[in-house]
Amino acid sequence: MSVSVQEADFDAGAEIAALSAGRDDVGAVASFVGLVRADKQSEVMPPAQPGAVSPAVGADGTAPVQAMTLEHYPGMTEKALEAIVTEARGRWDIFDVRVIHRVGRLLPGDRIVFVAVASAHRGEAFVACEFIMDYLKTRAPFWKKEETAAGGRWVDARESDDHAAGRWEAGKKNG
Amino acid sequence: MVKILFFAGLREALGTGSESLDLTAGVATVGALRDQLAARGESWSALANMKNLRVAVNQQMVGFDAPVRAGDEVAFFPPVTGG
Repeated sequence: MSVSVQEADFDAGAEIAALSAGRDDVGAVASFVGLVRADKQSEVMPPAQPGAVSPAVGADGTAPVQAMTLEHYPGMTEKALEAIVTEARGRWDIFDVRVIHRVGRLLPGDRIVFVAVASAHRGEAFVACEFIMDYLKTRAPFWKKEETAAGGRWVDARESDDHAAGRWEAGKKNG
Repeated sequence: MVKILFFAGLREALGTGSESLDLTAGVATVGALRDQLAARGESWSALANMKNLRVAVNQQMVGFDAPVRAGDEVAFFPPVTGG
């Protein structure tokens, strides 16, 4: 199966090896691993009582992210990821693709997402891997909630992610 | 009957993740369904006020002019933030 949504961690090396196992036509495997960033700062929810300030909150109103919980839409998530892989296959001459996205509670440094693409030459593998990540960011129904000492906060979607995905629209062939 | 799902910050704002509802006459699009739910007032107004609210019908993202029919699964959610 090329697409997995799971709580468990993954072994990137084993996944990369599996993409070329038993075949001699693979000349390139490009991969991406996304991690929970430890240094990310989060805007903090208003204190419950006026004047009450958590000691964990800095003077600039931010607090470090201690954990992240990923929610998703079971059923649609897998369909959306498979549709993105199908789209990539239609655009580039690539062999196998592997996408793994974790859900549940993750800590800084934990792996969140894995994408790897095998092809005959590096060009297709690199570009298809980037395309799949850009589309995953804007089309796959996952939502991140950050935890800080001051409370929880749903992560806002970033315009830069829309722009990254939009680049591929301009270059799309056949409409 | 349609099954309606809510996710992430919207689910928390509404205090529920799903409900089933008989479609009212005149509610033919997911936009009309959203307006009907938002008209319940209080926390439900989040459906009208949430910036860039997204909607999916039968697990495909669609626009708010997309038709809704009995038996559909309709999901409302904020912009996605995976990866």
